[in-house]
Amino acid sequence: MNSGIARALIAEDEPLLADGLAAQLAALWPELVVVAKVRDGLTAVTQALALRPDIVFLDIQMPGQNGIDAAEAIGEDWADDASLPLMVFVTAYDRYAVQAFEQSAIDYVLKPVQAERLAKTCARLRAALEARATRTGASAEQLEYLTQLRRLIETNGPGRTSQAPLRTIQASIGATIHMVPIDAVLYFEAEDKYIRVVTAAREYLIRQSLRQLLAQLDPQRFWQVHRGTIVCVDAIATALRDDSGKVFLQLRGRPETLTVSRLYAHLFKPM
Amino acid sequence: MTTVSTPEHAPPAPPFYVAPLKRGLRSLGAGLVFGIALTVIRHQDLGITLIYTCLITLICWFCIDFGRTGVARLVHKHSAAAPTAAERDWPGWPWMVVVIIVGSGVGFSVGTAAGDWITGSRSSNLYNQGSLPDALSLLLFALIPAIALTYFFYSRSVIAHQETNVQAARGQAAESRLKLLESQLEPHMLFNTLANLRVLITVDPKRAEAMLDQLIAYLRATLSASRTAHHALRAEFARLADYLALIQVRMADRLELRFELPEDLESVEIPALLLQPLVENGIKHGLEPAVRGGRLTIGAARDGDQLVLWVRDTGVGLRDAPLGVETGTGLSAAAGVPAATPSAEASGGGFGLQQVRERLATQYGAQASLRLEPVPDADGGTLATIRLPLMGIAPATDAKKS
Repeated sequence: MNSGIARALIAEDEPLLADGLAAQLAALWPELVVVAKVRDGLTAVTQALALRPDIVFLDIQMPGQNGIDAAEAIGEDWADDASLPLMVFVTAYDRYAVQAFEQSAIDYVLKPVQAERLAKTCARLRAALEARATRTGASAEQLEYLTQLRRLIETNGPGRTSQAPLRTIQASIGATIHMVPIDAVLYFEAEDKYIRVVTAAREYLIRQSLRQLLAQLDPQRFWQVHRGTIVCVDAIATALRDDSGKVFLQLRGRPETLTVSRLYAHLFKPM
Repeated sequence: MTTVSTPEHAPPAPPFYVAPLKRGLRSLGAGLVFGIALTVIRHQDLGITLIYTCLITLICWFCIDFGRTGVARLVHKHSAAAPTAAERDWPGWPWMVVVIIVGSGVGFSVGTAAGDWITGSRSSNLYNQGSLPDALSLLLFALIPAIALTYFFYSRSVIAHQETNVQAARGQAAESRLKLLESQLEPHMLFNTLANLRVLITVDPKRAEAMLDQLIAYLRATLSASRTAHHALRAEFARLADYLALIQVRMADRLELRFELPEDLESVEIPALLLQPLVENGIKHGLEPAVRGGRLTIGAARDGDQLVLWVRDTGVGLRDAPLGVETGTGLSAAAGVPAATPSAEASGGGFGLQQVRERLATQYGAQASLRLEPVPDADGGTLATIRLPLMGIAPATDAKKS
């Protein structure tokens, strides 16, 4: 066990604040190495996946992609053989429900970052890293961490609308608006700023975020299985779990296979 | 009188029996005073007089107070309009007169009879008077204090109710002021600025000092804007520059600023900080979400007899705004704003735009307008334009301009 040496990534769009946080960390935890400072949510994900830090400090309000979405992407795309990084959210104003995680493994600090508060966070992070190093089978802890991350994402997403679930998707192709009944949709897939609406016969594009769409769908019929995929439960023929624990979905009426991310793999279990 | 919801800071309501009990005790008090007065005037035995007066006032109070509630409930049961909380236990004065006459009649008779039973004597009562006028004059004896007490209790409850109303109105006014202030102060911006300041204090005290001065100027302007209705465009641009200097520290190289204020327009008066919400929107929804940032231009120009003010950013724009980032501002598409996608509208800073529109409408009516539109050129982004009648400018500058 290499005691004390830990690597951290700081994602903060304001350069002064990133420098300030790094300086505060250096004073509180000299053995911590800041491997990179990034200024937007998209780079945060690519750099985290490339550098594999032990800890990621994520500002919540960042250009490109906010810190919570970045955490989701890191959690989903993280290599299967490695422990997830410990995440700490940093926010200027607690409009976000991160404080609900006061007691969880996912920590948060408020800006301006106060030294005493950050010292507490550092102590917690150190303890968590040491516990990880001594533990052999880390899968239970990983699962718990994923659950907490998923709950955090859910808490901060738009809540389900109280209205009746969406019944028709209106997709425009040129000047024509296609009325696609929701029953015909097999799955939705996010693609850049659009969502691909896939039916057995063809595909449509709509301009919306997957989060907003999800809030309008019947939760019994449509499941999110990946940050970019919502699938109609009735359209799933089989769910196949491979050796690494990854789950793949075979659909009725479509040849392609959908991947279930580790955040949602718990949905597919035999009864 | 209208119903008001109890303000949050009001103490919890006492149990239901407290108010009638208080009235009963006050009536008993009146009975005691009455008895003592009678003793003094008529040189009667104090103990016996008190027994009679107290019994009579207590029973009168009981009949009138509960008669009032009962009659009120009956009256409101048969009326179409739903009674307010204040009306519920008050049947109105005409019904009340009936209640008082019947109540004091019953109270006097029963009270006197009960007094006779206790003292073992036989007094004159309503039913054993020789003539009706005699009975009525005896009834008057109970009626006058009953009317006086009823009026006393009635006025007290009206005053108490009015006080509740005033308190609720005060609470609401304070709450809406607080909301406005919170929206002007923008906690997110404030805490981020303080966070930067905290870092600068150790790294670069000179810059920290400058930033603090700008923050002070910004806060002062924000807090006094509601008091000074108008100021010159020169002042408007200076205040916006203070605000943007704070943002510049935070966004560093991601923010480029440009101010275009022609000299001859510098002293034109406009509503104070009219452009502030538009600048905030440009930063918050245009440039902050853009990974590479961009440029913010604030300009003023004259177009005939109109003053044109604009705020333009080269940020993510109305159409390309990241979806699902900001929801719940609840902006409805108002006149003058081209229909954008619902999500772009939601992210368009509803409260700020509405504020600008309201100020324009109250100051200039239909002569002023606000437009928000995507810019189709290579830099893209969003353009907000305000047009208002040009006032307070000397005609000489017209010549200078041409």
